[in-house]
Amino acid sequence: MSITDFLTDLLNPDLAFLPKALAIAVMSSIVCGVVGCYVVLRGMAFIGDAVAHAVFPGIAVAFVLQGSLILGGAVAGVATALLIAIFAQNRRVKEDSIIGVFLVGAFALGIVIISQAPGYAGSLQQFLFGSITGIPDRDLYLVGGAGLVILGLVLALHKEFVAVCLDREMSRSMGLAVFWLDIVLYVLVTLAVVISLQTIGNILVLALLITPAAAARLLTDRLGVMMLLAPVIGGASATVGLYLSWSYDTPVGGTIVLVATAVFLAAWLVAPRHGVLTKRWRRPSGQEPVDVTRPARLSDLAHPQDPSPAVR
Amino acid sequence: MRALEVDQLDVDLGGRPVLRDIRLHLDRGELVGLLGPNGAGKTTLLRAILALTRTRAGRVLVEGKPSRPGRSEIGYVPQRHEFTWDFPISVEHAVMSGRTGRLGLLRRPGVTDWRAVGDALDRVHLTELRRRPVGELSGGQRQRVLVARALALAPRILLLDEPFTGLDMPTQELLGQLFTSLAGEEHAVLMTTHDLVAAVDTCTRLVLLNGRVIADGHPADLQDAELWTKTFGVSETSPLLKLVRAT
Ligand SMILES: Nc1ncnc2c1ncn2[C@@H]1O[C@H](COP(=O)(O)OP(=O)(O)OP(=O)(O)O)[C@@H](O)[C@H]1O
Ligand SMILES: [Mg+2]
Repeated sequence: MSITDFLTDLLNPDLAFLPKALAIAVMSSIVCGVVGCYVVLRGMAFIGDAVAHAVFPGIAVAFVLQGSLILGGAVAGVATALLIAIFAQNRRVKEDSIIGVFLVGAFALGIVIISQAPGYAGSLQQFLFGSITGIPDRDLYLVGGAGLVILGLVLALHKEFVAVCLDREMSRSMGLAVFWLDIVLYVLVTLAVVISLQTIGNILVLALLITPAAAARLLTDRLGVMMLLAPVIGGASATVGLYLSWSYDTPVGGTIVLVATAVFLAAWLVAPRHGVLTKRWRRPSGQEPVDVTRPARLSDLAHPQDPSPAVR
Repeated sequence: MRALEVDQLDVDLGGRPVLRDIRLHLDRGELVGLLGPNGAGKTTLLRAILALTRTRAGRVLVEGKPSRPGRSEIGYVPQRHEFTWDFPISVEHAVMSGRTGRLGLLRRPGVTDWRAVGDALDRVHLTELRRRPVGELSGGQRQRVLVARALALAPRILLLDEPFTGLDMPTQELLGQLFTSLAGEEHAVLMTTHDLVAAVDTCTRLVLLNGRVIADGHPADLQDAELWTKTFGVSETSPLLKLVRAT
């Protein structure tokens, strides 16, 4: 299918679900891209995974009660995020074990709950792998509103999140409420996951959080650039993925994630400074950056002009 | 008024006594070295001074008032491994992150903040590298970033945890001179270190710690071998004692 055909379908009133799905997919991947930067930089991918699984029982309950899946998922996800943050204060059991316990437990609960609903097999597949049909209008506003709130909070607390990411000990000594900042971040991750479930599905949603941010990290050493690139990569992957999925009749969540994965691989190979191939090409031409482990003062003299521009 | 006063401080960690009856004070113009073996409680003492750990008994006064986190009189330089060095951030922004608490919620750094960062970078001779990502710095340069981050608050008291560990002689010298001149400018500086030579050389006073304060005095007054064997639990023939006698 050509791109023009895709555009025509997008504008076709009989296919009204298509632009809606596109809007939700793009909005949620933008939000996931931004929030995912913290997840990648703090190495908390496992928490994203836990939360993604934990929203499942909430969705199941909402499905059984015919309520909003997004709200149901959000309640369950936030509850789990809080439990993880609180249990993780007890250092006797490590954070990843706690997450492991909740992750599987919550998913098991979801499966038991949803098995009580008649005709659950079809819906189960929809939860797990995502779908572009059957999105209520209400969800469109919910995703848009939640997305704006999440981005607003990120903007407001960015400086604090960065400080905690950089150095928890120093952040505590500066009087930052490290525990509460952790909780807010966990909740933001949860909400980003929840609003993405609809199109991507429960199993693949982690990819939307991690892959664009990880690709962006490969492309830049500047946090500000990374936090702009990640949502762009996410949004573009969602658009291209939906187009491909519509053209070739492939599962939408899987296709979007595959596009994002391709972007990541491309970045890994040809990123301007750190790409695998880039380094190989550059070495013979003698442009390899000078070894940074040399003694301090000499290097300062040798490089009065630092080529890399400011971070953020 | 003393810059810092620790009085009869007891700290337990994990149900075990770590510090007992610590009495210690620090005045402006002093550069005090805190020495002791691994596990002596040096880091714990610094954290207790910063009110980052719960204390069992005793008190810590910072410029006459009880210590609490977020007081900008104190600058803290934690051990180097506490910092996420692979974070995509430039030297100047890493230094600015030290002012996050002072700035407060929803405020962005302004001219005053950038000037403070610029001054701090000047003092540690990192101005040239201010735009470089922190991940591309050597160990000595990293240590200087952490010192600059503490200085960016223009603190009157500076606490440093093992600032010399793993540094080459020129960088040690640069930092040692910096701490000396800070003390000369009426700052109070307290640093832990395993580097006896540097400590004896640069510090105005040494405190020997091993769970409690074993000795506290000018380097020249700590010649008694027993103090050192008691603190470090080494034998009479240890090279450590030769080092002490030589200095
Ligand atoms: N979180 C903790 N829980 C229980 N015990 C702890 C904890 N942290 C430290 N300790 C114990 O407290 C004692 C003092 O530790 P501390 O880190 O203050 O020593 P240090 O003098 O800084 O040692 P080093 O020279 O190795 O840095 C050690 O015996 C250590 O085992
Ligand atoms: Mg220590």
